[in-house]
Formats: sequence, structure tokens, C-alpha cells
Amino acid sequence: MTSKTKPGHEPGRVETIDQVVIRFAGDSGDGMQVTGDRFTDESALFGNDLSTLPNYPAEIRAPAGTLAGVSAFQIHISDHEILTPGDAPNVLVAMNPAALRANIDDLPTGGTLVVNVDSFDERALAKAGYETDPLKDSSLSAFRVYEIPMTSLTLESCKPTGAKPRDAERSKNFFALGLLSWLYHRPILDTERWIAQRYARTPIVVQANTLAFRAGYNFGETAEIFESSYEIAPAEHLPGTYTNVTGNTALAWGLLAASQLAKLPLFLGSYPITPASDILHELSKHKNFGVRTLQAEDEIAGIGAALGAAFGGALGVTTTSGPGIDLKAETVGLAVSLELPLLIVDIQRGGPSTGLPTKTEQSDLLHAMFGRHGEAPVPIVAAKTPSHCFDAAIEAARIALKYRTPVYLLSDGYLANGSEPWRLPDVESLPDISVEFATEPNATDAAGQPAFWPYVRDPESLARPWAIPGTPGLEHRIGGLEKQDGIGTVSYEPANHETMVQIRAAKIAGIAKDLPAVEADDPSGNARVLLLGWGSTYAAITAGVKRVRKLGKPVAQVHLVHLNPFPPNLGEVLRSYEAVLVPESNLGHLTRLVRSDFLVDAKVLSRVQGSPFRVGEVEQAILQEIERLEESAP
Amino acid sequence: MTDVAVPTTSRKDWASDQEVRWCPGCGDYTILSAVQLLLPELGVRRENTVFISGIGCAARLPYYMNTYGMHSIHGRAPAIATGLAVTRPDLDVWVVTGDGDSMSIGGNHLIHALRRNVKLTILMFNNQIYGLTKGQYSPTSEVGKITKSTPFGSLDTPFNPVSLALGAEATFVARTHDLDRKHMIETFRRAHDHPGASFVEVYQNCNVFNDGAFEAITGKEHRADMLIPLEHGQPIRFGADGEHGVASDGQGRLRLVEVADVGEEKLVVHDEQRINPSLAFSLSRLATGPHEPTPIGVFRAVERPDYGSLVDQQLLEAQTRKGPGDLSSLLRSGATWTYD
Repeated sequence: MTSKTKPGHEPGRVETIDQVVIRFAGDSGDGMQVTGDRFTDESALFGNDLSTLPNYPAEIRAPAGTLAGVSAFQIHISDHEILTPGDAPNVLVAMNPAALRANIDDLPTGGTLVVNVDSFDERALAKAGYETDPLKDSSLSAFRVYEIPMTSLTLESCKPTGAKPRDAERSKNFFALGLLSWLYHRPILDTERWIAQRYARTPIVVQANTLAFRAGYNFGETAEIFESSYEIAPAEHLPGTYTNVTGNTALAWGLLAASQLAKLPLFLGSYPITPASDILHELSKHKNFGVRTLQAEDEIAGIGAALGAAFGGALGVTTTSGPGIDLKAETVGLAVSLELPLLIVDIQRGGPSTGLPTKTEQSDLLHAMFGRHGEAPVPIVAAKTPSHCFDAAIEAARIALKYRTPVYLLSDGYLANGSEPWRLPDVESLPDISVEFATEPNATDAAGQPAFWPYVRDPESLARPWAIPGTPGLEHRIGGLEKQDGIGTVSYEPANHETMVQIRAAKIAGIAKDLPAVEADDPSGNARVLLLGWGSTYAAITAGVKRVRKLGKPVAQVHLVHLNPFPPNLGEVLRSYEAVLVPESNLGHLTRLVRSDFLVDAKVLSRVQGSPFRVGEVEQAILQEIERLEESAP
Repeated sequence: MTDVAVPTTSRKDWASDQEVRWCPGCGDYTILSAVQLLLPELGVRRENTVFISGIGCAARLPYYMNTYGMHSIHGRAPAIATGLAVTRPDLDVWVVTGDGDSMSIGGNHLIHALRRNVKLTILMFNNQIYGLTKGQYSPTSEVGKITKSTPFGSLDTPFNPVSLALGAEATFVARTHDLDRKHMIETFRRAHDHPGASFVEVYQNCNVFNDGAFEAITGKEHRADMLIPLEHGQPIRFGADGEHGVASDGQGRLRLVEVADVGEEKLVVHDEQRINPSLAFSLSRLATGPHEPTPIGVFRAVERPDYGSLVDQQLLEAQTRKGPGDLSSLLRSGATWTYD
């Protein structure tokens, strides 16, 4: 955070800064996610670039005031392009002692700490595990601490509403939002409009939240507790219309787009699971797009119904996370055998088993790649940023439809719930991904009559015809038993099985011909180290690479969207660098794949802490790698 | 749905060119033939007919039908068929399953398809044994069954499939058996014509691993005294001269009676359309297994909107209210801002 003082502004000093990272932290019931979302929208409308990271417990209402119940929302805003929600906050807003204790270690020396001092009573301190009040001992002396009686000021401001104190107290998150909105010069009218709409059904809540919000704003302005307030100029942007979008929303919209671009009705079979459920929620809202959503009895039924819909000519999709992926594996294998289009969307979370339901991880890649019995190759597409989930959904659908295959679309908890400003695409410019159903016989039977053979393939794509029920003359049976090449009847013949195994492998491998070649981002052309990534590490890797380049050291970067098959020239690109470093939120999934496919000595940089990589970690790892090369052979 | 008259077909039009490969003497042959004899009578088109199955001996049936078909994975046919039926209300979707497929590994999908009332015709071939895996006991096998996996006798209480379906809120539940083609055809016809999920339990003989399991009630010489035909609106009676009947014991239970002892007016009159399923359920509990007089026919046939049409209604309402989906407006439905 760099700053310069602009004198003469009344009533307080105004400083202009280029970026700030703010973390709102409180109890699960304190409304921190709403506060963060509103601050995000205010900043987006103001024109800052931004990136967000919600962080909430798996329990809906963990015991109030405990460390387990702390919910936080981090937002990074700036006057220039940024990619990550920030390694560490500059400002921590702690609504209670537990929120302070759970987050204070992340606040660097000199950081700003805003606390709701009203919540620091003996009971709350004990619940958070404090033996003495940290506001009264010297433990917070490294920070700029602002103790603000948010609860009592909120209660005071809400008096005109006549709301009971217990109810009025719940507006204290809007007090905090108002205060931070003043501190960072956020536009506030939109939030007031939002409050009026969001709580329209209970006018007393609209009134209380609005009063608390204004009270917070006015408190900042008049109390003169803060030495200055801060301005962050709008970032420069490419021309266009923008909206702020989370990964799950973008992914749901991408599926709706894919349905329109393919001219096929969308069918979603899904079972509720964190952090994927929001896609089911979002699609369920848009029935006017002709989307049918089935909340299935279990994960298996979700994918089964999607596959049944695909047999009937729909764009069949199932959405889930780790535990659901395990359960769906058998049906994915059936889809490989049937050769029908199907999307399996995996919003990855920490595993194994129930693991860390609300925390992010990238540890399902090898499952997507290999997690089926038999030789059952499946294409894999991975989204790299929240807004990219939109494009990734369309691309996954394109591959599924063209090649008549199940396709894994990988996102993760960080992308799913994180948000970023998105420059909206021109709908007219989106690709046509429509395919044709078979309508005519494609073979001749033994009696010389026209016949339909379900496994006669397109010579280019090796895709088989998609003949949907209702088409006269093309009646046929498909199934999980091995099929005779071409005619598609059940076959146990050994040589035919090998032929079919080879064809299915060749079909998926052949998709590479249809993918753009990889081009390493290597502006100087002198880099010796290549950073290879996939999925949500894009933000941290890209930011880390930029920092290293700012230090005058060249480094190259490749970020993959297609993980199976890989882009056609990937091996060549990897082999042209002396070192390949792969930051992954796992123990080395992509690393293993490229090592085995290309015999390159790729090294993993692992982080499996349920949170995204920090830019500093990536930067340090790159510098170490560069140094190692320089030492061994300058 | 079409102006062109449905072409007249015969049984052979509905048979695929695949050789039928069940064991010689298997009850599945007569069930297949009943299905193939019925379809030409239904006034439906081959291309609009789909058979979906899971795994097991029964599950091979789709390969023998000259229609669209899918031989899927163990237990999942009702789930797969749900996706198809909900997106393609123009199709006739049949599910062919067995007692292991539908009552064991796929139990969850069966009960939920019934509960949702998805427009499916589900034929469950019950032979009380696992055939394709060569003779282990099944969830409908009687307690004490000696099989390869239960050399000292099976321990677990079996499901009563009709009771299970009724408990799962099924709107159509029937039972028939593989030795009475006419009864099968009529029962399948009723199941097909039912506007929602229909469930038919077919007692089916596995002559290799469980031969004669139903002989005591379905054998020609036993039928009159051991099968209780259910006819809507008729007093429930059976026997060569209708001399036996079913009456209420006044305590909420049904019991078998001699008509001469109690008088015809005391017999229970079958009402398959009764919304309350307790009569149908009581009838399903009359016999504890296929060794006592057992009701066959339609236990329950009530109307409730099918799931697919409710889904379509919501789509239509949304389109009427909001107009057809417009992608560009959707992307701009949140807060937006523009830079020049």
C-alpha cells in the first residue's frame, strides 16, 4: 500500500493509495459475507479492479463467538489490474474476539485493525480463548488499532425504528460497512438502494440497516478517530460493459449460453453439495431458458438422469464436488462406453472424504483423468478465473457435443465463491457449438436393406452418430457391454475389444488437433524457468511472475485450460525451458502428468491449506529456481 | 402427436435381430413374448418407444426389442429413465429390472422414481435370486434361503415389492406372473396406459438357480386356490367356484374366509382408485410369501400429475412471465458499469 497525502480536504486528511486489502471478520451470524459482497459491489461500481475471497465455516451456525464460527471475507481493490485477493490484509475488521484471534496472525506489522470494542466482554474473550483482553495488554502494539463501539452506536442509531435491541444489534455489520465505505470513499447510494430492495418485505429491517449504515459512514466522517481517509482511483479498463461475477454464477451462465449456442435444451441432474450447489440454485431460477433442473435423490441419480437426458438429445449436465465425483465414476464410465455427450462439473474442495467442504483444493485432477475402471479416457477442461468459468463451460460443452463424450469441467471452491469484474462478451461473438442428430440410415444390413449402425464413426473426429429416440428407422440399442465396431451389437470378441479400446483412446487424444497451440508468455525470450499451471492458481502464478519480472529477472508462464488431451505442442514448449515449476493446490497432479507424458523434470510447488497460493510464495519459489539455475550453470 | 396414422405392426416388427440368450426354460422368455405381443396393440410407434434396463438377466431385454434401448448399469435404470422421460415427454419409456437390480443396488432410484411419479412403465422381474452372478440370495429371497453366499441360510427379512412400491407413494402398483400370458398382457397394458409411474412385479421362474419358487401358487393346478385376482369394484373372491374370499376382521386386518361362512356381503370390494393406500397395502400383506393365497392384478391405480408435466408447466409459466431466455440480458442482470 503506497500512499501520498492530499492536503486541504475537510474535515480530515485524504490520502491517495494504489491498492488495499481489507478483511471483514466476524461470527457466522454477523453478516460478514453480505458486508463483503456489498463492499465489493460498491468498489466495482466505482471502477476499481478487485478480487475477493470469502472464507466461511462448514457449519451453518457454529456456536456463536467461537473460533470455529468465524466467517471472513477478504477483498483486494486497486487502481491497476490485480489478479488475487491479496496475500495478507492491510486492514482487518474484527467484529468479536474470536474473529480477532482467528485472523490477527495474518495482519502484518503496521496493519490497521478495526474492532468492535463492545463485543470484548469477559464471556466473549473466554470463548475465543483469551485469558486477558488483547485490547488492554500490549499484544496488539504492532498495529494501528481503532476501537469502535459498533454495537452501542448501532443500537443508538436504530432507536427511531423501535426495533428491539436484539434485532437492532443485527444491523451492526451495516455500521461496519458504512464506516469502511467512508474510510475508502465508496459510493453509498447503491448500497442504500440494495438494502431497500433486499429487505423490502420487512420495512423495519430496511430502516434499521439503512440507519446503521449511515451512522457508520457519519461516524467516520465526524469522529475524527482516523487520521485520514483514503482514495483509490478507478483502474484503467478496456472499454466495455462490466459486471462483478462469482465463478459459480459465471459457470451457470456458461451452461445456459452453451445450451443456446448448441440449440439444445439444458438438463441439470444434481444433488446439493458444497461448494457446487449455487450452480443448481442459479440454473433453477432461469426456467424461461428452457432449463430443466432435477434435484436428484443422490449423486448417482444426478448424473444418471443427465445421461438419460443426453440420450434423448438434451445437453446433459451434472454438478458436484469431491465426494460426488467418487459416486459418479461408474456412470462416467457408462457414458464413455455409450459415447454420448455429458458434462461433469466438479467444484473441487479439500479431501479426502468430507475433507474441507468450504475450502479450496485442486486435488481431483488425477481422479478426473483416471478415476474409472477399464480404459476410459475423458477430456478435461479447467477454468482459471471466476469469469473464465463462463468460457470454460462453453468449451467443455463444445468438446462433449462434437466428440460425443463425457467431459470433466474442473473449477474449485476459490473460483466458485470468489468474484472479479467481468467484461461482458458480445453474445453474438460466442461460438456456434451446434451439432446434428443422425436422421438417415448409415449402413446396409445382410439383406441389403438400409440400416442404422450406432458405432459407425466420423472419420475426422471419430465421433459416432447421435441418433435420438423419436427418429424413425434409426432404432438401436446401446449399453455398457462392449460393442462390435461399426454395427454396435454386443461383442465379446477379443480383437474387437482391443480395437474399440484403441478407437476410444484415439478419439480423445485426437481432440488435441482441435485445440490452439500453447504459446509461453515469455516477453524477454530469455527465460530459463517456466511456470506451468492450471485452474485457479492462475491469479497467484501470474501475479508472482509479474513481480519477478519487475525485479528484472525473466520467467515464462503457461497456463493450461485443456488437461486432457494437452494442447498439441505442450511437450515441445516444456522441453524448451531448463526448469519447469508447477504450483498446484495438491501434491503434484499436473506435475505427474507432464513428467510421464513428456519426460520433463517438472517440479511441483505444493500448497494444500484450503486457501489459494500467496503471491509471495510463488515469487520466492521462482526466484529460488532462477538462483539454482544460475548457480549450477550461469 | 402426429397426423400420420400409426402403422399396423405385428410381434415380429418389435423383435430385434439379436438371438435371445436367456437359459432355455427361463421365465423371461414368456415375459418378453407378452411385451412383444402387447406393443402392436398399443397404437404406439417403435421409434417413440424406449426400453431402459440396469444389470441382471432381466436387463438384457432391451437388446431383444426393435426399439430404442439402453442397457445401463446396475440399479440405475430408473434414474437414467427419469432424465429421458422428463426431457422427452413424447416418448414411451419402459424400465426393465429385476429383484436385485431394483430392490437392492437400485432401491433408492426405484422409490424416488415412484414418489416423483415420473412417466415410466417399470416391469420388475422377481425370481427371488441372483441369476447372472450364479445364484446368491436376493432381497426378495425367503429367510433361511440356502445359496452359495448363504450356505447356512439367509438371515435377512425380504422386501415385499408391492408393499415397498405402495410405501414409496406409487400411483400404480400391480402383480402378475410369467405363466399367464393373458394376465401379463392385460397388466402391462394397464401399466402402460397409466399416466404416471407404474410398477409391475412379475413373478418369474429362474429354472436354473431357484426353480419352482412360485410353483405353489402359479402352477396350473394350484392357481384357482392360490391366486386371488383383484378386480376393481368387485368383491374379492377366488377358488374354482369363487368359494373363498377376503374379508375384514374388524381390527383393520384382512383375512381369508369361506364365502359360504360369512356371506358375500361381508367380502371386501376391491377399490384400486382409493387415494388412501391402506387397503392396497393390506392386500399386499395377505400372503407372507408365494406359498399362501396371493393377490394378483392391480392393487392401486390413482391419478396424480406426473413429474415431467409439472416440470414443463413451470417452464411454460416462467416463459409466459419473463419471456424466452435472453442471454445478453441475463449477463446484465446484476449491477453493471461501462467504460468507453
